[in-house]
Amino acid sequence: MSHPLRGSAAIVGIGNTKRWNAPGRTPFDQLQEAAILALEDCGLSLKDVDGLFCAISSSGLPVLNVAERLGVSVRHADGTMVGGASFLFHLQSAVAALENGLCDVALICYGSNQLSAGGRLVSMPDPQPYEAPYKPRYPISSYSLAAARHMHQFGTTRENLADVALAARAWANLNPDAFARGPLTRDEVLSSRMVSDPITRADCCLVTDGGAALVVTRADRAKDLPKKPAYILGTGVAVSHRQIAAMPDLTTTAAVESGRRAYAMAGVGPSDIDHVMVYDAFTITTLLFLEDLGFCPKGEGGAFISSGAIAPGGSLPVNTNGGGLSCNHPGMYGLFTIIEAVEQLRGTCGERQVQGAEIALAHANGGVLSSQATAILGSSATL
Amino acid sequence: MSADPRFDGPGPDEVWRSALAEGRFILQHCRKCSACRFPPALVCAACGSPDLEWREASGQGTVYSTTTVREREGSYNVSLVDLAEGARMMSRVEGVDPATVRIGMKVAARIIQEPESMIVFVPTEGGAA
Repeated sequence: MSHPLRGSAAIVGIGNTKRWNAPGRTPFDQLQEAAILALEDCGLSLKDVDGLFCAISSSGLPVLNVAERLGVSVRHADGTMVGGASFLFHLQSAVAALENGLCDVALICYGSNQLSAGGRLVSMPDPQPYEAPYKPRYPISSYSLAAARHMHQFGTTRENLADVALAARAWANLNPDAFARGPLTRDEVLSSRMVSDPITRADCCLVTDGGAALVVTRADRAKDLPKKPAYILGTGVAVSHRQIAAMPDLTTTAAVESGRRAYAMAGVGPSDIDHVMVYDAFTITTLLFLEDLGFCPKGEGGAFISSGAIAPGGSLPVNTNGGGLSCNHPGMYGLFTIIEAVEQLRGTCGERQVQGAEIALAHANGGVLSSQATAILGSSATL
Repeated sequence: MSADPRFDGPGPDEVWRSALAEGRFILQHCRKCSACRFPPALVCAACGSPDLEWREASGQGTVYSTTTVREREGSYNVSLVDLAEGARMMSRVEGVDPATVRIGMKVAARIIQEPESMIVFVPTEGGAA
Protein backbone atom coordinates (compact mmCIF):
# COMPACT_ATOMS: atom_id res chain seq x y z
CA MET A 1 0.00 0.00 0.00
CA SER A 2 1.39 3.39 -0.87
CA HIS A 3 2.16 5.98 1.80
CA PRO A 4 -0.82 8.28 2.50
CA LEU A 5 1.25 11.40 1.84
CA ARG A 6 2.67 10.14 -1.48
CA GLY A 7 1.48 12.55 -4.16
CA SER A 8 -0.96 14.22 -1.77
CA ALA A 9 0.48 17.68 -2.53
CA ALA A 10 2.26 19.34 -5.42
CA ILE A 11 4.49 22.27 -6.13
CA VAL A 12 2.32 24.43 -8.37
CA GLY A 13 4.31 27.67 -8.52
CA ILE A 14 7.97 28.60 -8.45
CA GLY A 15 9.67 31.97 -8.11
CA ASN A 16 13.35 32.69 -8.69
CA THR A 17 14.56 36.28 -8.75
CA LYS A 18 17.80 35.35 -10.59
CA ARG A 19 19.28 38.55 -9.12
CA TRP A 20 22.63 37.14 -8.07
CA ASN A 21 24.25 40.52 -7.47
CA ALA A 22 21.67 43.15 -6.62
CA PRO A 23 22.98 46.00 -4.46
CA GLY A 24 20.30 48.08 -2.77
CA ARG A 25 18.03 45.14 -2.05
CA THR A 26 17.52 43.60 1.37
CA PRO A 27 17.03 39.86 1.92
CA PHE A 28 13.33 40.64 2.41
CA ASP A 29 13.18 42.43 -0.96
CA GLN A 30 14.57 39.33 -2.68
CA LEU A 31 12.15 37.11 -0.76
CA GLN A 32 9.10 39.24 -1.56
CA GLU A 33 9.92 39.37 -5.26
CA ALA A 34 10.32 35.58 -5.36
CA ALA A 35 7.00 35.13 -3.54
CA ILE A 36 5.19 37.37 -6.02
CA LEU A 37 6.76 35.50 -8.96
CA ALA A 38 5.79 32.11 -7.51
CA LEU A 39 2.17 33.15 -6.96
CA GLU A 40 1.89 34.69 -10.43
CA ASP A 41 3.37 31.48 -11.84
CA CYS A 42 0.37 29.50 -10.57
CA GLY A 43 -2.34 32.14 -10.84
CA LEU A 44 -2.89 32.49 -7.10
CA SER A 45 -2.53 35.63 -4.97
CA LEU A 46 -1.09 36.60 -1.61
CA LYS A 47 -4.64 36.61 -0.29
CA ASP A 48 -4.88 32.88 -1.02
CA VAL A 49 -1.81 32.09 1.08
CA ASP A 50 -2.66 30.78 4.55
CA GLY A 51 0.46 28.74 5.32
CA LEU A 52 3.82 30.51 5.60
CA PHE A 53 7.19 28.76 5.75
CA CYS A 54 10.45 30.69 5.82
CA ALA A 55 13.92 30.99 7.30
CA ILE A 56 16.40 33.80 6.77
CA SER A 57 19.99 34.13 8.00
CA SER A 58 19.65 37.70 9.20
CA SER A 59 16.40 37.35 11.15
CA GLY A 60 15.51 35.35 14.23
CA LEU A 61 11.79 36.01 13.64
CA PRO A 62 11.37 35.32 9.92
CA VAL A 63 7.68 34.38 9.94
CA LEU A 64 6.73 37.66 11.63
CA ASN A 65 8.84 39.81 9.32
CA VAL A 66 7.64 38.07 6.17
CA ALA A 67 3.95 37.89 7.13
CA GLU A 68 3.96 41.63 7.83
CA ARG A 69 5.67 42.54 4.56
CA LEU A 70 3.57 40.26 2.34
CA GLY A 71 0.35 40.98 4.23
CA VAL A 72 -0.55 37.31 4.38
CA SER A 73 -3.05 36.00 6.86
CA VAL A 74 -1.29 33.07 8.52
CA ARG A 75 -3.30 30.06 9.64
CA HIS A 76 -0.27 27.79 9.84
CA ALA A 77 3.44 28.65 9.94
CA ASP A 78 6.83 27.00 10.33
CA GLY A 79 10.09 28.91 10.75
CA THR A 80 12.30 25.89 11.38
CA MET A 81 15.93 26.97 11.04
CA VAL A 82 18.38 24.17 10.32
CA GLY A 83 20.58 26.04 7.83
CA GLY A 84 20.40 25.48 4.08
CA ALA A 85 18.16 22.42 4.39
CA SER A 86 15.46 24.44 6.20
CA PHE A 87 13.25 24.78 3.15
CA LEU A 88 13.06 21.04 2.54
CA PHE A 89 12.12 20.60 6.20
CA HIS A 90 9.46 23.24 5.48
CA LEU A 91 8.30 21.27 2.44
CA GLN A 92 7.70 18.15 4.54
CA SER A 93 5.92 20.26 7.14
CA ALA A 94 3.77 21.89 4.41
CA VAL A 95 2.74 18.51 2.97
CA ALA A 96 1.59 17.35 6.42
CA ALA A 97 -0.19 20.64 7.15
CA LEU A 98 -1.99 20.64 3.77
CA GLU A 99 -3.08 17.00 4.10
CA ASN A 100 -4.53 17.72 7.54
CA GLY A 101 -6.31 20.91 6.52
CA LEU A 102 -4.18 23.22 8.64
CA CYS A 103 -3.65 25.34 5.53
CA ASP A 104 -4.72 25.29 1.86
CA VAL A 105 -2.02 27.29 0.08
CA ALA A 106 1.53 27.01 1.42
CA LEU A 107 4.21 29.56 0.53
CA ILE A 108 7.83 28.57 1.19
CA CYS A 109 10.21 31.47 0.65
CA TYR A 110 13.74 32.78 1.10
CA GLY A 111 15.90 35.79 0.23
CA SER A 112 19.49 36.87 0.71
CA ASN A 113 21.82 39.77 -0.10
CA GLN A 114 24.93 37.86 0.92
CA LEU A 115 27.09 39.06 -1.98
CA SER A 116 26.08 42.71 -2.22
CA ALA A 117 26.13 43.08 1.58
CA GLY A 118 29.80 42.18 1.76
CA GLY A 119 30.43 38.73 0.39
CA ARG A 120 30.84 36.84 3.66
CA LEU A 121 28.58 34.11 4.89
CA VAL A 122 25.90 35.61 7.12
CA SER A 123 25.32 33.23 10.00
CA MET A 124 22.77 33.45 12.73
CA PRO A 125 24.35 34.17 16.11
CA ASP A 126 25.11 30.68 17.35
CA PRO A 127 28.34 30.64 19.36
CA GLN A 128 30.23 27.34 19.61
CA PRO A 129 32.50 27.64 22.67
CA TYR A 130 34.06 24.19 22.20
CA GLU A 131 35.17 25.03 18.65
CA ALA A 132 35.86 28.77 18.69
CA PRO A 133 39.22 28.65 20.58
CA TYR A 134 40.72 26.59 17.72
CA LYS A 135 39.64 29.11 15.04
CA PRO A 136 38.33 26.76 12.35
CA ARG A 137 37.20 28.68 9.26
CA TYR A 138 33.43 28.41 9.58
CA PRO A 139 31.96 26.45 7.89
CA ILE A 140 34.78 25.49 5.52
CA SER A 141 37.09 23.69 7.98
CA SER A 142 34.31 21.34 9.05
CA TYR A 143 33.84 20.22 5.45
CA SER A 144 37.63 19.99 5.07
CA LEU A 145 37.74 17.58 8.01
CA ALA A 146 35.09 15.44 6.30
CA ALA A 147 36.96 15.54 2.98
CA ALA A 148 40.29 14.65 4.63
CA ARG A 149 38.70 11.70 6.39
CA HIS A 150 37.05 10.48 3.16
CA MET A 151 40.41 10.69 1.36
CA HIS A 152 42.10 8.78 4.19
CA GLN A 153 39.50 6.06 4.34
CA PHE A 154 38.67 5.56 0.65
CA GLY A 155 41.57 7.01 -1.33
CA THR A 156 39.46 9.87 -2.71
CA THR A 157 41.68 12.48 -4.39
CA ARG A 158 41.67 16.22 -4.88
CA GLU A 159 41.29 15.46 -8.60
CA ASN A 160 38.02 13.65 -7.85
CA LEU A 161 36.79 16.71 -5.98
CA ALA A 162 37.93 19.03 -8.77
CA ASP A 163 35.85 16.98 -11.20
CA VAL A 164 32.73 17.87 -9.20
CA ALA A 165 33.47 21.55 -9.83
CA LEU A 166 34.09 20.88 -13.53
CA ALA A 167 30.79 19.02 -13.95
CA ALA A 168 28.94 21.86 -12.24
CA ARG A 169 30.59 24.40 -14.53
CA ALA A 170 29.80 22.34 -17.63
CA TRP A 171 26.10 22.36 -16.65
CA ALA A 172 26.26 26.09 -15.83
CA ASN A 173 27.57 26.70 -19.34
CA LEU A 174 24.22 25.35 -20.59
CA ASN A 175 22.26 27.64 -18.24
CA PRO A 176 22.09 31.30 -19.32
CA ASP A 177 20.99 32.24 -15.78
CA ALA A 178 24.06 30.80 -14.05
CA PHE A 179 26.32 33.31 -12.30
CA ALA A 180 29.66 31.61 -13.05
CA ARG A 181 30.02 30.58 -16.68
CA GLY A 182 32.97 30.02 -18.98
CA PRO A 183 35.78 27.50 -19.26
CA LEU A 184 37.23 25.88 -16.14
CA THR A 185 40.06 23.34 -16.04
CA ARG A 186 41.10 20.77 -13.48
CA ASP A 187 44.44 22.57 -13.07
CA GLU A 188 42.66 25.83 -12.31
CA VAL A 189 40.68 24.14 -9.52
CA LEU A 190 43.73 22.32 -8.14
CA SER A 191 45.91 25.43 -8.18
CA SER A 192 43.24 27.68 -6.68
CA ARG A 193 44.11 29.19 -3.28
CA MET A 194 44.08 26.63 -0.48
CA VAL A 195 41.71 27.75 2.29
CA SER A 196 41.60 24.82 4.69
CA ASP A 197 43.26 21.65 3.37
CA PRO A 198 42.14 19.92 1.20
CA ILE A 199 39.52 22.52 0.22
CA THR A 200 40.53 25.31 -2.15
CA ARG A 201 38.57 28.37 -3.06
CA ALA A 202 37.39 26.55 -6.22
CA ASP A 203 36.00 23.70 -4.09
CA CYS A 204 33.70 26.23 -2.38
CA CYS A 205 30.28 27.36 -3.56
CA LEU A 206 29.68 30.83 -4.92
CA VAL A 207 28.66 33.79 -2.79
CA THR A 208 25.66 35.45 -4.42
CA ASP A 209 22.41 37.25 -3.67
CA GLY A 210 19.10 35.68 -4.57
CA GLY A 211 15.51 34.89 -3.70
CA ALA A 212 13.35 31.82 -4.23
CA ALA A 213 9.82 30.72 -3.41
CA LEU A 214 7.47 27.76 -3.88
CA VAL A 215 3.69 27.55 -3.77
CA VAL A 216 2.37 24.16 -2.62
CA THR A 217 -1.25 22.96 -2.65
CA ARG A 218 -3.07 19.66 -2.28
CA ALA A 219 -3.00 17.53 -5.42
CA ASP A 220 -6.71 17.93 -6.21
CA ARG A 221 -6.31 21.69 -6.51
CA ALA A 222 -2.95 21.43 -8.29
CA LYS A 223 -4.40 19.79 -11.39
CA ASP A 224 -6.64 22.81 -12.07
CA LEU A 225 -3.79 25.34 -11.93
CA PRO A 226 -1.98 26.52 -15.08
CA LYS A 227 1.46 24.92 -14.74
CA LYS A 228 2.34 21.21 -14.78
CA PRO A 229 2.30 20.21 -11.09
CA ALA A 230 5.41 18.64 -9.58
CA TYR A 231 3.87 16.09 -7.24
CA ILE A 232 5.65 15.51 -3.95
CA LEU A 233 6.11 11.75 -3.92
CA GLY A 234 8.28 11.53 -0.84
CA THR A 235 10.12 13.58 1.75
CA GLY A 236 12.56 12.71 4.50
CA VAL A 237 14.58 14.70 7.00
CA ALA A 238 17.29 13.90 9.55
CA VAL A 239 19.51 15.79 12.01
CA SER A 240 22.77 14.35 13.27
CA HIS A 241 24.74 17.06 15.10
CA ARG A 242 25.55 20.76 15.36
CA GLN A 243 29.36 20.78 15.68
CA ILE A 244 31.47 18.68 13.34
CA ALA A 245 33.16 16.94 16.29
CA ALA A 246 29.77 15.49 17.20
CA MET A 247 29.17 13.91 13.78
CA PRO A 248 29.43 10.16 14.37
CA ASP A 249 31.23 9.25 11.09
CA LEU A 250 32.53 12.09 8.93
CA THR A 251 32.32 9.97 5.79
CA THR A 252 28.63 9.09 6.12
CA THR A 253 25.98 11.78 6.51
CA ALA A 254 22.42 11.66 7.80
CA ALA A 255 21.39 11.84 4.10
CA VAL A 256 21.35 8.04 4.43
CA GLU A 257 18.37 8.41 6.77
CA SER A 258 16.59 11.29 5.03
CA GLY A 259 17.02 9.48 1.71
CA ARG A 260 15.72 6.18 3.09
CA ARG A 261 12.63 7.95 4.41
CA ALA A 262 11.98 9.81 1.16
CA TYR A 263 12.47 6.68 -0.98
CA ALA A 264 10.15 4.69 1.29
CA MET A 265 7.38 7.30 1.08
CA ALA A 266 7.77 7.63 -2.69
CA GLY A 267 8.03 3.88 -3.24
CA VAL A 268 11.04 4.32 -5.52
CA GLY A 269 14.79 3.69 -5.36
CA PRO A 270 17.90 5.40 -6.71
CA SER A 271 17.63 3.61 -10.09
CA ASP A 272 14.18 5.18 -10.67
CA ILE A 273 15.50 8.76 -10.41
CA ASP A 274 15.90 10.64 -13.71
CA HIS A 275 17.35 13.88 -12.36
CA VAL A 276 19.29 14.67 -9.19
CA MET A 277 19.93 17.91 -7.32
CA VAL A 278 22.25 17.69 -4.32
CA TYR A 279 23.35 20.69 -2.28
CA ASP A 280 26.92 21.39 -3.39
CA ALA A 281 28.15 23.83 -0.78
CA PHE A 282 31.57 22.27 -1.38
CA THR A 283 32.76 19.70 -3.91
CA ILE A 284 32.92 17.07 -1.16
CA THR A 285 29.19 17.43 -0.41
CA THR A 286 28.16 16.33 -3.92
CA LEU A 287 30.32 13.24 -3.49
CA LEU A 288 29.02 12.40 -0.01
CA PHE A 289 25.36 12.83 -0.94
CA LEU A 290 25.61 10.77 -4.15
CA GLU A 291 27.04 7.94 -2.05
CA ASP A 292 24.64 8.36 0.86
CA LEU A 293 21.58 8.55 -1.41
CA GLY A 294 22.59 5.31 -3.11
CA PHE A 295 23.70 6.52 -6.54
CA CYS A 296 27.05 4.77 -6.06
CA PRO A 297 28.51 2.60 -3.28
CA LYS A 298 30.12 4.20 -0.21
CA GLY A 299 33.72 5.10 -0.95
CA GLU A 300 33.30 4.97 -4.73
CA GLY A 301 32.03 8.52 -5.20
CA GLY A 302 35.40 9.75 -6.44
CA ALA A 303 35.67 7.17 -9.22
CA PHE A 304 31.97 7.62 -10.10
CA ILE A 305 32.39 11.37 -10.52
CA SER A 306 35.70 11.20 -12.38
CA SER A 307 34.14 8.73 -14.86
CA GLY A 308 32.10 11.68 -16.14
CA ALA A 309 28.82 10.25 -14.84
CA ILE A 310 27.41 13.51 -13.46
CA ALA A 311 28.55 15.92 -16.19
CA PRO A 312 26.43 16.72 -19.27
CA GLY A 313 26.20 13.55 -21.38
CA GLY A 314 26.87 11.31 -18.35
CA SER A 315 24.63 8.57 -16.98
CA LEU A 316 23.19 10.64 -14.09
CA PRO A 317 22.30 14.32 -14.59
CA VAL A 318 23.30 16.05 -11.33
CA ASN A 319 22.97 19.73 -10.45
CA THR A 320 21.88 20.71 -13.94
CA ASN A 321 21.50 24.41 -13.12
CA GLY A 322 25.23 24.56 -12.33
CA GLY A 323 24.64 24.07 -8.60
CA GLY A 324 25.88 26.15 -5.72
CA LEU A 325 29.34 25.87 -7.24
CA SER A 326 28.51 27.64 -10.52
CA CYS A 327 24.86 28.80 -10.66
CA ASN A 328 24.14 30.64 -7.42
CA HIS A 329 24.54 30.34 -3.66
CA PRO A 330 22.77 33.02 -1.65
CA GLY A 331 23.70 31.84 1.84
CA MET A 332 21.16 29.04 2.15
CA TYR A 333 20.72 27.35 -1.23
CA GLY A 334 18.22 24.57 -0.41
CA LEU A 335 15.19 25.99 -2.22
CA PHE A 336 17.10 26.21 -5.48
CA THR A 337 17.51 22.42 -5.60
CA ILE A 338 13.70 22.18 -5.68
CA ILE A 339 13.27 25.00 -8.21
CA GLU A 340 15.55 23.24 -10.73
CA ALA A 341 13.88 19.87 -10.10
CA VAL A 342 10.46 21.41 -10.82
CA GLU A 343 11.75 23.07 -13.99
CA GLN A 344 13.19 19.79 -15.22
CA LEU A 345 9.87 17.99 -14.60
CA ARG A 346 8.05 20.79 -16.41
CA GLY A 347 10.48 20.42 -19.33
CA THR A 348 11.38 24.11 -19.40
CA CYS A 349 15.17 23.84 -19.04
CA GLY A 350 16.20 24.55 -22.63
CA GLU A 351 19.69 23.36 -23.52
CA ARG A 352 20.20 21.63 -20.17
CA GLN A 353 16.85 19.80 -20.25
CA VAL A 354 17.01 16.16 -19.15
CA GLN A 355 14.92 14.40 -21.80
CA GLY A 356 11.98 12.47 -20.39
CA ALA A 357 12.55 13.50 -16.77
CA GLU A 358 9.61 12.10 -14.78
CA ILE A 359 11.12 11.65 -11.30
CA ALA A 360 13.55 14.12 -9.72
CA LEU A 361 15.34 13.97 -6.37
CA ALA A 362 16.34 17.16 -4.56
CA HIS A 363 18.56 16.99 -1.51
CA ALA A 364 19.63 19.78 0.83
CA ASN A 365 22.18 20.10 3.60
CA GLY A 366 22.40 22.50 6.52
CA GLY A 367 24.97 23.60 9.09
CA VAL A 368 28.13 21.49 8.82
CA LEU A 369 26.64 18.30 7.31
CA SER A 370 24.27 18.67 10.29
CA SER A 371 20.77 18.61 8.84
CA GLN A 372 19.77 16.61 5.78
CA ALA A 373 16.52 16.69 3.82
CA THR A 374 15.47 14.81 0.71
CA ALA A 375 12.45 15.38 -1.54
CA ILE A 376 11.36 13.20 -4.45
CA LEU A 377 9.15 14.90 -7.02
CA GLY A 378 7.28 13.39 -9.92
CA SER A 379 5.18 14.28 -12.93
CA SER A 380 1.49 13.27 -13.13
CA ALA A 381 2.61 10.06 -14.89
CA THR A 382 4.23 8.89 -11.64
CA LEU A 383 1.13 9.10 -9.47
CA MET B 1 12.06 25.26 46.21
CA SER B 2 10.68 22.24 44.43
CA ALA B 3 13.35 21.97 41.71
CA ASP B 4 14.65 18.46 41.06
CA PRO B 5 17.77 18.08 43.27
CA ARG B 6 19.49 15.81 40.71
CA PHE B 7 20.22 18.91 38.66
CA ASP B 8 21.32 21.19 41.53
CA GLY B 9 24.63 23.05 41.40
CA PRO B 10 26.46 24.57 38.45
CA GLY B 11 25.58 23.24 35.00
CA PRO B 12 27.91 20.93 33.08
CA ASP B 13 29.49 23.65 30.90
CA GLU B 14 30.36 25.63 34.03
CA VAL B 15 31.76 22.56 35.82
CA TRP B 16 33.96 21.75 32.82
CA ARG B 17 35.18 25.35 32.40
CA SER B 18 35.94 25.74 36.11
CA ALA B 19 37.95 22.51 36.14
CA LEU B 20 39.88 23.59 33.06
CA ALA B 21 40.68 26.94 34.68
CA GLU B 22 42.18 24.94 37.59
CA GLY B 23 44.32 22.96 35.15
CA ARG B 24 42.14 19.83 35.05
CA PHE B 25 40.71 18.09 31.96
CA ILE B 26 37.57 16.20 32.99
CA LEU B 27 35.00 14.21 31.02
CA GLN B 28 31.46 13.00 31.68
CA HIS B 29 30.70 9.29 31.80
CA CYS B 30 27.25 7.69 31.85
CA ARG B 31 26.62 5.64 34.98
CA LYS B 32 24.04 3.57 33.06
CA CYS B 33 25.77 2.67 29.77
CA SER B 34 29.31 3.99 30.53
CA ALA B 35 29.51 6.05 27.31
CA CYS B 36 31.72 9.14 27.48
CA ARG B 37 30.17 12.49 26.58
CA PHE B 38 31.89 15.61 25.21
CA PRO B 39 31.08 18.50 24.98
CA PRO B 40 29.33 18.43 28.35
CA ALA B 41 25.55 18.14 28.56
CA LEU B 42 22.83 17.05 30.97
CA VAL B 43 22.19 13.69 29.33
CA CYS B 44 24.10 10.80 27.84
CA ALA B 45 23.99 11.05 24.02
CA ALA B 46 24.14 7.26 23.73
CA CYS B 47 21.27 6.20 25.99
CA GLY B 48 19.53 9.39 27.17
CA SER B 49 20.23 8.85 30.86
CA PRO B 50 20.69 11.99 32.96
CA ASP B 51 22.90 10.07 35.41
CA LEU B 52 26.40 11.25 34.46
CA GLU B 53 29.58 11.47 36.51
CA TRP B 54 32.81 13.43 36.03
CA ARG B 55 36.19 11.71 35.82
CA GLU B 56 39.69 12.93 35.06
CA ALA B 57 40.54 12.47 31.37
CA SER B 58 43.57 10.34 30.45
CA GLY B 59 44.56 12.99 27.92
CA GLN B 60 45.42 10.27 25.40
CA GLY B 61 43.95 10.45 21.92
CA THR B 62 44.23 9.69 18.22
CA VAL B 63 43.80 12.17 15.36
CA TYR B 64 40.51 11.30 13.60
CA SER B 65 40.75 14.03 10.96
CA THR B 66 42.85 17.10 10.38
CA THR B 67 43.07 20.29 8.33
CA THR B 68 45.53 23.14 7.95
CA VAL B 69 43.82 26.51 8.06
CA ARG B 70 45.63 28.95 5.77
CA GLU B 71 45.44 32.52 6.96
CA ARG B 72 47.52 35.50 5.83
CA GLU B 73 49.13 35.64 9.27
CA GLY B 74 50.18 32.01 8.98
CA SER B 75 48.88 28.45 8.89
CA TYR B 76 47.70 26.45 11.84
CA ASN B 77 46.26 23.05 12.54
CA VAL B 78 42.68 22.14 13.43
CA SER B 79 42.07 18.50 14.26
CA LEU B 80 39.36 16.23 15.54
CA VAL B 81 40.83 14.00 18.25
CA ASP B 82 39.26 10.72 19.32
CA LEU B 83 39.88 10.57 23.06
CA ALA B 84 40.84 7.25 24.61
CA GLU B 85 37.63 7.43 26.67
CA GLY B 86 35.52 7.38 23.47
CA ALA B 87 34.42 10.99 22.92
CA ARG B 88 35.69 13.19 20.10
CA MET B 89 36.79 16.83 20.43
CA MET B 90 37.96 19.62 18.16
CA SER B 91 41.44 20.78 19.07
CA ARG B 92 44.85 21.65 17.64
CA VAL B 93 47.96 19.52 17.34
CA GLU B 94 51.00 21.60 18.27
CA GLY B 95 54.75 21.16 18.34
CA VAL B 96 54.97 19.99 14.73
CA ASP B 97 54.50 21.65 11.32
CA PRO B 98 50.71 21.77 10.78
CA ALA B 99 51.09 20.05 7.40
CA THR B 100 52.71 16.99 9.04
CA VAL B 101 49.77 16.20 11.32
CA ARG B 102 48.34 12.90 10.13
CA ILE B 103 45.12 10.96 10.67
CA GLY B 104 45.89 8.12 13.07
CA MET B 105 48.64 10.05 14.89
CA LYS B 106 48.78 9.35 18.64
CA VAL B 107 48.56 12.55 20.66
CA ALA B 108 48.42 13.70 24.28
CA ALA B 109 46.57 16.66 25.80
CA ARG B 110 48.22 19.78 27.21
CA ILE B 111 46.45 22.69 28.89
CA ILE B 112 47.69 26.07 27.69
CA GLN B 113 46.67 29.68 28.42
CA GLU B 114 45.78 31.68 25.32
CA PRO B 115 44.89 33.68 27.48
CA GLU B 116 41.93 31.51 28.53
CA SER B 117 42.75 27.94 29.44
CA MET B 118 42.36 25.60 26.49
CA ILE B 119 43.29 22.04 25.57
CA VAL B 120 45.72 21.33 22.75
CA PHE B 121 47.49 18.12 21.80
CA VAL B 122 51.10 17.18 21.04
CA PRO B 123 52.29 14.03 19.27
CA THR B 124 53.39 11.35 21.73
CA GLU B 125 56.78 9.70 21.40
CA GLY B 126 56.74 7.41 18.39
CA GLY B 127 53.26 8.70 17.71
CA ALA B 128 53.71 9.40 14.03
CA ALA B 129 51.18 7.45 12.00
